[in-house]
Amino acid sequence: MTAAPATTPRSRRGGSTTAPGADTHARGPRQSIMSRSAAMLIMGVFTLYFLTPIWWLLTTSTKTGGEITSTAPLWFTANSFGTFFGNLGRLFSYGDGLFGRWLLNSALYAGVGALIGTVIAAMCGYALAKYEFRGREAIFNIVLSGVLVPATALALPLFLIFSQVELTNTMWAVFLPSLVSPFGVYLARIYAAASVPGELLEAARLDGSGEIRTFFTVSTRLMAPALVTIFLFQFVAIWNNFFLPLIMLRDQALFPVTLGLYAWNSQISQIPELRSLVIVGALVSIVPLIIAFLALQRFWSSGLGAGGVK
Amino acid sequence: MTVISTPADAPKAPPATRKNRSSGAQRRAVALFIAPFALLFLAFYAVPIIYAIVQSLLTVERDGTFGPPRQVFGGLVQYEQVFQNTAFWESVGRVLLFGVVQVPIMLGLALLFALLLDSPLLKGKKFFRLAFFAPYAVPGVIAAIMWGFLYSPSLSPFGAVTSNVDFLGGNLVLWAIANIVTWVYVGYNMLIIYSSLLAIPTEIYEAARLDGASNLQIAWRIKIPLVIPAIILTAVFSIIGTLQLLAEPQTLRSFSSAINSTFTPNLAVYTTASVPNYNLAAAFSVVLALATFILSFVFLKSTQRKVTQ
Repeated sequence: MTAAPATTPRSRRGGSTTAPGADTHARGPRQSIMSRSAAMLIMGVFTLYFLTPIWWLLTTSTKTGGEITSTAPLWFTANSFGTFFGNLGRLFSYGDGLFGRWLLNSALYAGVGALIGTVIAAMCGYALAKYEFRGREAIFNIVLSGVLVPATALALPLFLIFSQVELTNTMWAVFLPSLVSPFGVYLARIYAAASVPGELLEAARLDGSGEIRTFFTVSTRLMAPALVTIFLFQFVAIWNNFFLPLIMLRDQALFPVTLGLYAWNSQISQIPELRSLVIVGALVSIVPLIIAFLALQRFWSSGLGAGGVK
Repeated sequence: MTVISTPADAPKAPPATRKNRSSGAQRRAVALFIAPFALLFLAFYAVPIIYAIVQSLLTVERDGTFGPPRQVFGGLVQYEQVFQNTAFWESVGRVLLFGVVQVPIMLGLALLFALLLDSPLLKGKKFFRLAFFAPYAVPGVIAAIMWGFLYSPSLSPFGAVTSNVDFLGGNLVLWAIANIVTWVYVGYNMLIIYSSLLAIPTEIYEAARLDGASNLQIAWRIKIPLVIPAIILTAVFSIIGTLQLLAEPQTLRSFSSAINSTFTPNLAVYTTASVPNYNLAAAFSVVLALATFILSFVFLKSTQRKVTQ
């Protein structure tokens, strides 16, 4: 694997009919229609597979506990609108607004954590790509091994270490370990090597700009799409992290939203009214991520390719 | 992945005097750039790994039955325990079986969708791309809760199926989990492969078409070989993810009694740690991390050789 990141494609391919070979013409439009329909059919069936569970979550959020089984599944009821806001109200008021607290916690762990983590990873990856110094390859190899170490294997020893310094069951216990992303460094190095020309850095040096200033004013701008990608993936990784908060936190007020919903879900058999709250809560908890992905789409859809280096 | 080429655009030979001055400044800059990550990596990666190894070499000893417990060096006692622990090895076997079946299916689907997105056959590509990727925004715990309801005989909208087929019973629950993982990650893997398809220069296809190659031949002979590196990357991450399975089975336990407390290796770690038997749990973690590392490393190396041949 050499560093040949998937830079933006030179020419986006539209219809391939621009270069009609004699062969494709000879076989005529019939096969083309058949393979077109087959392709659309496959994609259509799988669209149902991917979207039905989310659709179910949406429709079921607009029902009361009893209506879940008694009304038509996968569709709304006559008073869905009102019930949905009723459910939302109960969700955010249950247990003194515990759910709102969880959302805030998740936003803090994932938002701030990914932001700081991205800056740290970008600086390290940039230094590895743009400077020659002794031990560079060694550092990069250590980072790469870090990518292959499963994060969950670290959760237990982290718990033992944090309990030595009496920091378990605090926000720090989840926040601090989430800042480290070896994969982020790996991506940052590839992106920096590809998008920051060495001549530009030389020019900045001749202009008397300091290395640090050049990084923050010039290089980060060139690396921006890559940085958004790194941020998004670290954000998702922290937002979805389960083992670390599960093992670190006892106080419900510190839970991220995933752990909170997990806790409610395991109490459903004792407290049946939690069922509809878990369903509405699940819907509310995935909305921020979907919005983030939609809003930043043009960044990650071009940046993702660099992960699959050639 | 270790053979990533070094960027060749580093400054070659600036005048000697300036070089000395600037390289001092550059050295300081490099140190500043690397220090934050290095410190955090040391604290939250390296130290925990060493600490886990140390813990796994300790054992708890008491004077008599009721004496106060104290930790003493026990050599490989915990590892003996690990190797005799059939529940742990059953869980390892379970996730390996899971991986052997689920990873190829998931990556096969991801490749198929990526090729279709890249082919001229499809309309509405942007919609499909988003629809297939959407489940990636659903955290594992939430996905497991959702599918838990969908699988359940009484609450599922597909009651006709789920009241006859027990997805949450002992025979099928592993594959019920496989379906959840596939649902979440196919779109993500599809996008990685798709981005790497977009990076292939179009001239290659034009040449192939002039030679009379059909779409299928182009996909099979040109596109797939060129995206193999992306597929390898997704495979490595899938292997790591499979061995780490925890959130989905742990969440499904409230829907299914067929998932015991040692269903996956990480569940075994969690259960052992809550006993609490930290030393044995640490030994489990070390063995698991090592196995994951070796498996993904061997996979990378073996596929790399094949590709370069």
